Amino acid sequence: MGLQRVETHENTPLTPTLSPAGRGGFPPYRLPLESPLHLSPTGRGRLRSRRVRGLPRVETLESTPLTPALSPSGRYAVAVVGAEQQLAYNRVLLSDVLAGKIAVAAAQLKPAAWWRDRGVTLLYGNPATAIDRAAKTVALADGARLPYQHLVLATGSHPIRLPVPGMDLPGVRTFRDLADVAALMEAAKPGTRAVVIGGGLLGLEAASGMAGAGAKTTLVHLMDRLMERQLDARAGALLRQAVEARGIEVLLEASTARVEGTDHVTGLRLADGRLIPADIVVVACGVRPNADLARAAGLACNRGVLVDDTLSTSDPAIHAMGECAEHRAAVYGLVAPAYEQARVLARRFAGEDALYEGSSVSTNLKVSGVHVFSAGDVTSGPGTEDIVLTDRARGIYRRLIVKDGRLIGAVLYGDTADGLFYLDLITNRTPIAALRADLAFGPVAHNAAA
Amino acid sequence: MNALSSAPAIATTCPYCGVGCGVKATPDGRGGALIAGDAAHPANLGRLCSKGAALGETLAPDTRLLHPMMRGADGVLAEAPWDAALDRVASGLRAVIDQHGPQAVAFYLSGQLLTEDYYAANKLAKGFLGTANVDTNSRLCMASSVAGHKRAFGSDTVPGCYEDLDAADLIILTGSNTAWCHPVLFRRMVAARAARGTKLVVIDPRRTATAEEADLFLPIAHGSDAALFSGLLVHLADAGALDPAFISAHTENFAETLTQARAATPDLAATAAATGLVAEEVAAFFALFRDTHRTVTCYSQGVNQSAVGTDKVNAILNCHLATGRIGKPGMGPFSLTGQPNAMGGREVGGLANQLAAHMGFSPAEVDRVRRFWDAPAIAAAEGHKAVQMFDAIARGEIKALWVMGTNPAVSLPQAREVRAALGMLDLFVLSENVVGNDTAACAPHVLLPAAAWGEKDGTVTNSERRISRQRPFLPLPGAVRPDWWALAQVAARLGHGAAFAWQGPADIFREHAALSGFENQGTRDFDISGLATLSDAAYESLAPVQWPVSAEAREGRARLFAEGGFFTPNGRARFVAPARVEAAGTGDFPFLLNTGRVRDHWHTMTRTGLSPRLAGHIRAPFVAIHPEDAAPLGLQDGALARVTSAHGTATLEVRIDAGQQIGTLFAPIHWSDANASDGAVGALVHKHTDPHSGQPDLKATPATLAPAPMRSRGFLLARRRLDLAAAPLPAGSWWARAALDGGFGWRLAGEGAPQDWADWVERLNLPEDRTELFDLPGGHYRTAAFDADGRLVFALLMGPAEAPQAWDALAGLLVEDAVSPQDRRILLSGRRAGARGPCGPLVCACFGVPRGAILEAIAAGDRDAAGIGARLKAGTNCGSCLPEIGQILQEARVPA
Repeated sequence: MGLQRVETHENTPLTPTLSPAGRGGFPPYRLPLESPLHLSPTGRGRLRSRRVRGLPRVETLESTPLTPALSPSGRYAVAVVGAEQQLAYNRVLLSDVLAGKIAVAAAQLKPAAWWRDRGVTLLYGNPATAIDRAAKTVALADGARLPYQHLVLATGSHPIRLPVPGMDLPGVRTFRDLADVAALMEAAKPGTRAVVIGGGLLGLEAASGMAGAGAKTTLVHLMDRLMERQLDARAGALLRQAVEARGIEVLLEASTARVEGTDHVTGLRLADGRLIPADIVVVACGVRPNADLARAAGLACNRGVLVDDTLSTSDPAIHAMGECAEHRAAVYGLVAPAYEQARVLARRFAGEDALYEGSSVSTNLKVSGVHVFSAGDVTSGPGTEDIVLTDRARGIYRRLIVKDGRLIGAVLYGDTADGLFYLDLITNRTPIAALRADLAFGPVAHNAAA
Repeated sequence: MNALSSAPAIATTCPYCGVGCGVKATPDGRGGALIAGDAAHPANLGRLCSKGAALGETLAPDTRLLHPMMRGADGVLAEAPWDAALDRVASGLRAVIDQHGPQAVAFYLSGQLLTEDYYAANKLAKGFLGTANVDTNSRLCMASSVAGHKRAFGSDTVPGCYEDLDAADLIILTGSNTAWCHPVLFRRMVAARAARGTKLVVIDPRRTATAEEADLFLPIAHGSDAALFSGLLVHLADAGALDPAFISAHTENFAETLTQARAATPDLAATAAATGLVAEEVAAFFALFRDTHRTVTCYSQGVNQSAVGTDKVNAILNCHLATGRIGKPGMGPFSLTGQPNAMGGREVGGLANQLAAHMGFSPAEVDRVRRFWDAPAIAAAEGHKAVQMFDAIARGEIKALWVMGTNPAVSLPQAREVRAALGMLDLFVLSENVVGNDTAACAPHVLLPAAAWGEKDGTVTNSERRISRQRPFLPLPGAVRPDWWALAQVAARLGHGAAFAWQGPADIFREHAALSGFENQGTRDFDISGLATLSDAAYESLAPVQWPVSAEAREGRARLFAEGGFFTPNGRARFVAPARVEAAGTGDFPFLLNTGRVRDHWHTMTRTGLSPRLAGHIRAPFVAIHPEDAAPLGLQDGALARVTSAHGTATLEVRIDAGQQIGTLFAPIHWSDANASDGAVGALVHKHTDPHSGQPDLKATPATLAPAPMRSRGFLLARRRLDLAAAPLPAGSWWARAALDGGFGWRLAGEGAPQDWADWVERLNLPEDRTELFDLPGGHYRTAAFDADGRLVFALLMGPAEAPQAWDALAGLLVEDAVSPQDRRILLSGRRAGARGPCGPLVCACFGVPRGAILEAIAAGDRDAAGIGARLKAGTNCGSCLPEIGQILQEARVPA
C-alpha cells in the first residue's frame, strides 16, 4: 500500500534557478516577461516568508528562504519556475482554506509586486520539462530554455493514488493543491456523502474540512489508529473520539478494495465487503517524492533526489531540497526541514560554509479544536522512558519519550502550546535531568527551574 | 432587643500555657468566636501569642467526641446513653475495688482540667474510693518545682508575680524557651529591657529563639544547671554579696549547703568545667547576678524535666534565699508553668503525693480532710506518681484507670509501654473532648465526652498564683458534659451522692475554698477562704485574683516571703545542697535526645493541630542536629532520619541547627500517631525520674540516629481528612499531617515505587475528574482530582526523595472555588500560573507572614525587625517570631 510519509503537503513544486548577475556570465533574467500569467494574482508554492538572521547584507530580504541569496548587491539573478497557475502560496494553509477559515487569497505568500521589487523572475504555469546538465539549461513546457549556474530542485511530491480499481473515476480527488481544494469545496455541501481515505494528518484535515462544510464524512484508515506514525494508542484513541465528535465516522483497519461507480464515484468498497456510499472520495494516503526531472537528468536518486550535507546532488551545480530530496536516507514530508534546508542553501549561495545535517521533525494537526503535536521518535524503543501527563476532563494527553537523559520524542494531544519547546529540546539534544521533574509542563516550569 | 446585635464578648482565659492570659471571646453565632486579648486581665494586658490568637480556628466540632461510647462484647466502641456509660464506670470501679482493693484504682488527670473538675476527681478518688493513685500530666511538667518549693519553703509557693518581670534589672531564663513557650511573658521581659535596660541572661543547652535575644547566652551542658547555681552561691559568698540578715533571720542550713557547694564547685574554673561553659561567660553571669539586686530567675522544663530537677530548683532557690531576693518587687525565683491549670491541680491536691489543698498525708492532715469531706474511706498514704502508676498498671496491680483530658499514650516516657499497659486494664475510662487521639486508640472501655475550652465553666490558676475564671461562650454540643458532672454522677452511683451534690461549679469552688481555709490559721500557704462564701453571681463575675485570699488578705497577695514567713514547721526556709551528679555513659547511643515545644503548637496538638495558621510555622516532626554531627552521617537538611533509643524509634525531618550542641538532638513533643506515622518521640524517651519529684527526665535520653533513606517524597493535599487506616499508604510510608485552610496537607515519604502510589490513589474513590503525571522511570507520580464544580479536592505529588516538592503554591487552591485553566495546566508541577506572592514556612503566625515575604522586605531595604514590622506587620502582635525575624535578617546580611 502506498502509505508513505503522509505528514505534509507542504512541498512546493518550485524549481528555482540561479544565475550570477552580470559579471560576464549570464544576463539577468528578464522574463517571465510580462506574460499574461503574471497577471494572475493568486498564490503558488508555499515556503512561508521567514526572517533569516545573521546574514549581513541580506537581512532585509524576508521572502522565501531562497531569496536571501539575492543580495542587495545583486549577486544572483533568480528565476522561479513552477507548474501551478498561480503565485506561490502556503500549502500548509490549504486545510484552513478547505475548512473555510481563511480565504484563498490569504494563503498567498507574497504579492507579485513583492517578488518583482526584489528582481525575482517568476515563471509559473510553465512546468520545467527537462534538465540539460551539459548545457546547464532547463527546458520549460513552452519551449523556453533557462540557463543556470546553480539549479535548485524543489519539486515536492506526488500524491499517491491507491492501485485499486476506480481511482480514476470522476469524483475521486487528492488533497494536494488549490485546484484540489477548489474541487472539494465545490463538492462539500450538506447532503454530500464524502469518504476520505487516509487517517494521517492530511486525511484528517481533509475529513475535517469536508465535515465542516456539511458533508456526511467517513474516514477510512488502514491502520488500527489514526496518525499511527505520530501517535501512540492512547492519543490515537483520544483523537478518534474528537474526530467522531465532529460527526466524522471513523473506520479503522479498513482496507480499500475499489472505488465503485461507472461514470462517477458512487461508493467505496472495502476489502471486507462493506460498501460506503459516496459522492466524493478524497485520497489522502500518502505522497512520494517527485524526482522525475532529476531521474530523467541522470542524477543519483533513491526514493528522492540524493543530496549531501551541502544539499548538492550528484551534480555539484544542482541542488535539491524539500520533499523531493533525500538526505541521509531521510525524506522529509514536513515544512520545517524544508525551511532549514532552504536556509542552509541560501547561506551557501551567500558564500557561507553552512551545512545541513538533518532535522528533527514535528507535526501539528490542524483540525479546528483538535490539537495534536508530535515530534521526534515516538515509538517506545529499547531504552526509552515515558513521561505521561493526562487530564481526562480537558482531553489533554502528553507523552514525552526520554532516552539516555535526553528527550527524543513528544506526543501532545489537546494542548500543543509547548510543542516547539519540546522540539527544541529534541533538536538540541538538551540533557533533561535537571528539568525532568517539570518537563511535562513546558517552558513555564522550565523557566522556573532555570 | 435587636436579634441581629452580636453577642457580647465573654471574658475567659486561654487554655494553653501557664501564663494564663485573659481572652475576650465573641461568639459568631455559627459555633465559632472572635478571639482577642483581654486588656483588663493583668496576666497579659491584652496581648495574645500566636497560639492564643488562633484559638478561633480550633473551635472545630468535627474532631469532637459528642456522645458517650462503650466497648461492646465484640470489642467495638458504640455510642451509648450517659446513664449506661456511667453505670458501666461505676460498676467497673466497684468490681475492681471489691476484688483488688482501692489501690487497684487510679486516676490520671490533666493540667488542662479546671480546678473544679480537678477537685471533684481528687475528692472522689482519695476521699471516697480510698485511692491516692491520683496523678496528672503536671507530673511531667513542674513536679520538680513543687518538690523544690516544698523542700525550701515548706510549701508549694511561687513567691513572686509577673509585675516583677517589669521591675527587674536582670532576668535569668534557665531551661526555658520563653520566647516560644511563654511568648506573652517574654514580650513583657523585652519591654522591660526597652524601658529600664533589664539584662537578659539565657541558660540553655540549645541556642533557642529566646537565646537569640539574650544579652548573655550560656550554652550549658545538659543537666548541669545545679552546678552553675551552686558555683554562683560560692561566688556570692566569696564576693560578699550575701544577705546575712535574711539568711540568719529566715533560713536554715545555709552553712552546710555552702560547704557542699564549695566542695562541688569551689571556684569559677570548677564551675565552668562542670557546666561545659567558658570561664569568662560564667564570670560575666556571676557578676551580673552579684551586682543586680533586682533579679528574677525564671525556669521551666529545662530545669524540671530532669532526673535531678528538684536539686536544680533548690540550687536556684538557694541563690535567691542567700541574697534575700525573694518576694520583693523585681526579684525572686519564678517557676513558669506549662499548663493553664497545673497550679490549680496542685492547689486541689491532684497529685499522688498530696492529699488536698496543699495538705499532705500526715495523720493530722488526713484526719482533717477526712472530717471536712466526711469521707470514711480516705486514702492515708501517697499513691503512685505518673510513671510509677503506669508501671503498676503494667504489673497488673492497678486494674482500673480513669484518664481525663490528657494523652498519656503520647506524652509519657516510653510511651509504647504505656500503650501496652493500657490494654491490660479491666476498666479503662477516658474523658476526652476529641475523637481519635492516640490514647483513645488504646481500647478504652468507656469514652465520656467532656466539655472543651469555650464550653467549660470554672477557674484556673496561672504561674503567678492568679485565679481566673474560664467562662463558657459556646453551648455544650451533643451530649457533652463537664468532667465534674460525670465524676459526681459516678460518685452518686457508688452511694456517695450527698458528698457530690453540687449544682454547678460555684458550689465546688466554694467547697474547695472552704477546705483551703479549714483549720488553716496561717499554717498553709494555700488559703482562699476569703472566696468561700462567694455568691453564684460573685463567682460568675470573679475578677482575677492572686492567692492567698483570706480574711487577712481579702484582695489577694502579689508576693510572699519578703519578710520570711515560710511554711516549714519553724517558719525558716531551708537551703538544700544538690546531690553530686555522676556523668552517665551513653554506650551505643552517642547522642542526648532533648525534647520540647515549638512556638505554634501545644502538647499533642489535639487543639493547635486544628489551626491552619499554627500549622504553617513547623509542618512536620523534626530532629535538630548540629552540622558537625550531621555531616559524618551524611544527613542533609530536610532529609529524614531515624532516631532510636533503647525504648523506641521515630522518623523525623532533619533540621541542621548550629544552635544545637554537638552530641545533642532536639525533637518536639507534639506529634503523635494521630498526625504522623513515626513522629511520637515519647516512645523514645527513657523513664528515669527525679527521686524527689518523680518527674521524668524528658530532656536527655541517650539516642542515636541514622539516615532513613526513602525512595519517594512528596505531599498530599485534600479537602477532607483522609482515613489512612481505611486506605493504608504503600508499605514503608512515612507521613505527617498538618491543617491547612480548607483542608489538610500530608508530607509523605516512602519506600514505595511511583506505581505503588498510583495504585493507592486508585483505591481512594476519588472523583472522575483527574489529572495525572506518570514518570515511573524518573520516580514521579502526581495526580489531582477535581469535584463536579471544578474545585481541587485532592492532589498528590510524589517524586524522588532528593528533591521533595513543597505544597506552598498549591495549598491555596483548597479554599478556592475553581481552578483556572492556566493553573490547572501546570498544577502538577507544584506551581500556579503567574505571580502568587511569597511562600515558605510561616514566620509570623499572627499576621500570616511567610519567610519569603520577609526575605522580600529585606531585599526591599528593610534592615531591622522594626522596619519589617512596619511594612508587613510581622512580629508586631505577640512578637514570638521576632527572634526568628532577627535570624533571617542576620542570615540575609551574610552573603551565602
